[in-house]
Amino acid sequence: MAVLVYAENSEGKFKKSVFEAVTYARAVADMLGTTLSAVSIGDTVDDELSKLSKYGAKKILQVSGEQFKNFSVQGYASAISEAAQKESADVVVMLASFGGRGIAPRLAVKLKAGIAEGAVELPKTSGSFVVRKTAYSGKAFADVELVSTKKIITLVPNSYKVEEKPEAVAIESFSPAINNVDFKMTVKETVRSSSKVSLPDAEIVVSGGRGLKGPENWGMVEELAEILGAATACSKPVSDANWRPHSEHVGQTGITVGPNLYIAIGISGAIQHLAGVSSSKVIVVINKDPEAPFFKAADYGIVGDAFDIVPKLIEAAKAFKAGQN
Amino acid sequence: MKILICISHVPDTTTKINFTPDNKSFVTQGVQFIINPYDEIALTRALELTEKSGGSVTVINVGEASTEPTLRKALAIGAGDAVRINSQPREAFFVATQIAEYAKKNSYDLILCGRESIDFNSGSVPSMVAEMLGIPSVAIAKTINVENGKAIIEREIEGGKEVIECALPLVAGCSESVAVPRIPNMRGIMSARTKPLAVVEPVQTEELTKVVSYDKPVQRSSVKLVDAAEPGKLLELLHTEKKVI
Repeated sequence: MAVLVYAENSEGKFKKSVFEAVTYARAVADMLGTTLSAVSIGDTVDDELSKLSKYGAKKILQVSGEQFKNFSVQGYASAISEAAQKESADVVVMLASFGGRGIAPRLAVKLKAGIAEGAVELPKTSGSFVVRKTAYSGKAFADVELVSTKKIITLVPNSYKVEEKPEAVAIESFSPAINNVDFKMTVKETVRSSSKVSLPDAEIVVSGGRGLKGPENWGMVEELAEILGAATACSKPVSDANWRPHSEHVGQTGITVGPNLYIAIGISGAIQHLAGVSSSKVIVVINKDPEAPFFKAADYGIVGDAFDIVPKLIEAAKAFKAGQN
Repeated sequence: MKILICISHVPDTTTKINFTPDNKSFVTQGVQFIINPYDEIALTRALELTEKSGGSVTVINVGEASTEPTLRKALAIGAGDAVRINSQPREAFFVATQIAEYAKKNSYDLILCGRESIDFNSGSVPSMVAEMLGIPSVAIAKTINVENGKAIIEREIEGGKEVIECALPLVAGCSESVAVPRIPNMRGIMSARTKPLAVVEPVQTEELTKVVSYDKPVQRSSVKLVDAAEPGKLLELLHTEKKVI
């Protein structure tokens, strides 16, 4: 009864959040007194694959080939299901990413596994198997018991710390059965976003609200984000007004984020927005209204005009970064 | 085109969440319930698609009688008929089983759901239903179009988006950008009262998960204010106190 982690790659590379999932899965394996296997699907070179061993994968199954070049939710779910059977895995871990969120429920049906989507901590395994996940869009947590023998966990990016625990590299090529029914969907076009840091797994997020008055004023948000290596985000009224794309909308009906640092500029802090950022480690609020509700949910605040403060902050950040290098 | 829309009955987005003293259940007293916002987007897109090229839109919900006002609201927005599977929505696998069983008997071309419910946030139901029916799924769709019996869907991927094409039937979870919800008009509200709402008993299925308890995030200690004249101080604090930059 091993633990299996699905290590998703983006264009052949593993992101830091994948190593978080591997570290997490290794910790689960340790708790259960078993070993961790990893499965990777799509073209990835051995050098990249061997990184999975560094975080504790004892065995790495590599699935490659023409049919697996593009992401196929059904094809990937079938391949992982076969890998889980081959490894006699009772627990399968993957990231709660766009891909993982599509695969995990299909895998749950295949394996008849209970699933905890969006885990934020290691499970409690004394007697039962209980996983903590976010609920009510960040307004609460739920402790969910997985009562089935097989279990699936999807892990929220940036909620578990990467830790090295090296194993000898053992890569094995794995060819699951190909079922054509799994490959009915064809990818017509892939568009890579121009922003350098993707929002769901960003460690720092700089977010703007209606207080910025218009899309033409986003230059300073982008500049601050670039200096800090952050992703940009916005509040719902901003994306509703088409100042920024919906994919940047953070909140209860948008994206939920949990970065190390969330900087909110000109956002008052409606309950729906607060829900989407509540798992951020540190929250900074810049708002000219001292009564803005966001200050009650913040660690640091600056009361003042964003158009005055943000440019000064940019200069200070440049100096800070220059000092670091 | 026959479209099925899966509806969750959830607390309004402005709700302050509270749990019973034993932390086992959500306090519903004084809470306004609504159609899950993502499901409303799915419903709106279904209406746009059938208005353009014909077809029917059915809404389905797994819930007890108390969820009927939510289904009537969906009928007021424009769905043709509603189905309620008479049971508490115990967990994702249970709910998906009920929807898949109903869908098997009525063969739909398109099954649309919200990308997730705003109460439990699992986002599992659409993909589970698809797996149970043995058909393709898109967990998080950005746009949905149907041309010549094929769905053209933009889906989220890490660091971008992908345009996929797929023959129907198919299940998709809708995100915000799929449609702009409509406010029901008076005629819709009036006709909703007389539209069919069928109540179906659930099928038996095993339970794979159960919620042990709920709790709320720990409140942050009070905010530390930095002088607006010296925003650079903020960076110092973030570096020395919190070590996040």
